[in-house]
Amino acid sequence: MKIVRSASAGTMESSDAYIEIEPATGLEIQLESVVQQQFGQEIRSAVEEMLRENGVEDASVRIIDRGALECVIRARVETAILRGKGEN
Amino acid sequence: MRRSMLFLPGNNPNLLINGNCLGADAVIFDLEDAVSPAEKDAARILVRNTMRYMDFGGCERIVRINSTDTPYWKLDIDAILPQKPNLILLPKTSSAQDVLEVDAYITKVEESLGMERNTVGLMPLIETAMGVENSYLIASATKRVQALFLGAEDLTADLQCKRTKESREIEYARTRLIVAARAAGVEVYDTPFTDVNDDEGILADATLAKALGFTGKASISPRHVEVINSVFSPTQKEVDYAYEVMEAIALAKEQGKGAIALHGKMIDAPIVTRAQQTLAMAQALGMERGN
Amino acid sequence: MSKVVKSIKEVVALAGLKDGMTVSFHHHLRNGDFVLNMVMEEIASQGLKDINVNASSLFDVHTPLLEHIENGVVTGISADYIAAGLGRAISKGIMEKPVQFRTHGGRPSDIVQGRTPIDVAFIAAPTADTMGNCSGKYGPSACGSLGYAFADAMFAKKVVVITDNLVPYPMQDFSISEDWVDYVVPVEAIGNPKGIVSGTTQITRDPVGLVMASHAAQVIAHSGLLKDGFSFQTGAGGASLAAAKFLKDIMMEKGIQGSFGMGGITGYLVDMLQAGCFRSLLDVQCFDLKAVESIRTDPRHKEISAMQYASPTSRSAAVDSLDVVILGATEIDTDFNVNVHTDSNGFIMGGSGGHSDTAAGAKLSMIIAPMFRARLPIVTDRVTCVSTPGSDIDVLVTQGGIAVNPKNVELTQQLKAAGLPIVDIHELKEKTERITGTPRKLPKGDRVVAEVIGRNGNLQDVIYNVP
Repeated sequence: MKIVRSASAGTMESSDAYIEIEPATGLEIQLESVVQQQFGQEIRSAVEEMLRENGVEDASVRIIDRGALECVIRARVETAILRGKGEN
Repeated sequence: MRRSMLFLPGNNPNLLINGNCLGADAVIFDLEDAVSPAEKDAARILVRNTMRYMDFGGCERIVRINSTDTPYWKLDIDAILPQKPNLILLPKTSSAQDVLEVDAYITKVEESLGMERNTVGLMPLIETAMGVENSYLIASATKRVQALFLGAEDLTADLQCKRTKESREIEYARTRLIVAARAAGVEVYDTPFTDVNDDEGILADATLAKALGFTGKASISPRHVEVINSVFSPTQKEVDYAYEVMEAIALAKEQGKGAIALHGKMIDAPIVTRAQQTLAMAQALGMERGN
Repeated sequence: MSKVVKSIKEVVALAGLKDGMTVSFHHHLRNGDFVLNMVMEEIASQGLKDINVNASSLFDVHTPLLEHIENGVVTGISADYIAAGLGRAISKGIMEKPVQFRTHGGRPSDIVQGRTPIDVAFIAAPTADTMGNCSGKYGPSACGSLGYAFADAMFAKKVVVITDNLVPYPMQDFSISEDWVDYVVPVEAIGNPKGIVSGTTQITRDPVGLVMASHAAQVIAHSGLLKDGFSFQTGAGGASLAAAKFLKDIMMEKGIQGSFGMGGITGYLVDMLQAGCFRSLLDVQCFDLKAVESIRTDPRHKEISAMQYASPTSRSAAVDSLDVVILGATEIDTDFNVNVHTDSNGFIMGGSGGHSDTAAGAKLSMIIAPMFRARLPIVTDRVTCVSTPGSDIDVLVTQGGIAVNPKNVELTQQLKAAGLPIVDIHELKEKTERITGTPRKLPKGDRVVAEVIGRNGNLQDVIYNVP
């Protein structure tokens, strides 16, 4: 799946995450989290998995995490991908 | 047991993830009114993930999908059905045709998922004048319908009257829905009380709903859940009476008697059914027999 | 004889402040306090060095202290509570000497016993007369009780009263009396009323907070302690206040008249007093305008000193007569040890205050905290810092269940019988981690930045720097 436009999903509220996705060459993931030290790696791999599952190979993704549970982060990433993908 | 049903806005992670801790017998993940058109996709995915990853234990999961006059309802069902919600709450149900259309689609999705037919129940939300008038037909349209649900806010708009705390304006709709649901053999749930800070108001409103015959009541505020639960729970007196009824029945059987009386009143089949229901609830609530 | 001195500048010299001495402050003006900053700025500008600051609490408004620390003016700090602004810098290792944390009871105890002598105490007084009789109940910067300032006033070598409402001698209804006071300094303003007391403290609207509050009230109702003569303390957090509100409803319904409500007093406790839930309020600090109004006008609402409130070496302290206290936590471990000193990343952002004192004294000490905050579980294997030992904590209330310290066998049975959702604290931890995941342990620093001194003077724990 190709990301053809910038898109965002989620909010900056506590327990949520805000995701921005943009067309790019290659994958670039930028993570900012209030639980960076405790869960940074888990969040990163969850995001990578979501991108892989959706066949996104080229994108720049920015995550601002406000302590969201993993199921919430996954939902927000998926929403951003669907909003940024090609035909729809 | 479904005394209380709590609406949770479908795009609010903080409330969704704590939904099972708020004391309600069932939560209603709301994809309709609580979600703006621009966020329908986000809420659908968030609710699906919440249902997929979070353990709701004994708390039932109901999803209010978008109505059939929107482009969203089929997408909602596609996303939600694999998570096996207990019920789908269908807004703006006005006719049996509405139910049949949704039922057919759910059946199709159930089949494609390899789920048994009618795994997921349907609860039409009656919130139009037409819906009230068609309520029996709606309740008996298909086997999938498990309950009717009264939505007074939209209904009063359709009736062109003001929604008040006294709720005289929905008297007819309430009793009509109860009769229709009971005639069709399904449950029936009352509309939320919307003033979050009126503790006496919610108590009075829930007490009235219970007295009229509603099975339970919905709520838009966690603050109302406790009151609703207590109003719709059997009282100790009711539990004790139910035990007496069952004992009298057992005794009658033993003595080979047909008709039996308790405290000078004949016990007939509906009283027994009622007693059984009361005892089932008492058991679920951990209530024991008093003195 | 006149005790009135024109300026802080003059009084710093008059009081004989020298390098290496200890000055003290109290925190009733909370985040609106001007006094500590004014005094420290004067001390700095007079070139004094190596000053030790003994404050009952330090708030974000006191962040200018950082500069004095960097310049060597301040080299020692002891406090019962340090807010995040200063706490963060301390955790980063800004001070050579570790900060000393005490409790609200331990601090006056050590002052009275002479273990932490004070050279000059500065009393921020919303109203004072020319001889130093003073009170917090009146004046434009009224804060209500002056409870934490009593030990300082009675035992410091020199005592300076700083006021923005100087009245003719003798003022009526003073709290701290002239026989302890050396100097009185009138200033334009001792604080910003907006930061001193809040208007009305609102109970939480957060559904999770309300569920916890309801559980907490039910625990109290079924503890066997809720009967005539009942005494109670709660913090000013949203869920704690909601619990007080629910408790009030239960007390009214059952017609229970308690003996006293205590602590930092909020309007909610005042409501309970006025509704007949208590015979009196014992007030070491006011949190809102309603509490200030009440302590000024209602003789049942009594100001008490920190020694009477919580000192372990007083002949008796009110905490020892307390039935129930509701407290908070940033972390609690499976041995019920509670951390209120550091945040989830190890930075100092609080302190015991009266936490350990009331937990030690009360028959039922209850922690209210959500299962997790921003994905971080509240229950851990081991807290980063033991602020209050688990042996003093009886119950943890979360939205996902109530954990009772296993030492309370009877209470566990009572609460179970009442149908409350009782859960083993280890199970609660596992249940929470199933939702959040298991957080990675933080790297610990190798330098002690703070010592946590237990209420009995023991070194209870240390806090390491955040690398």
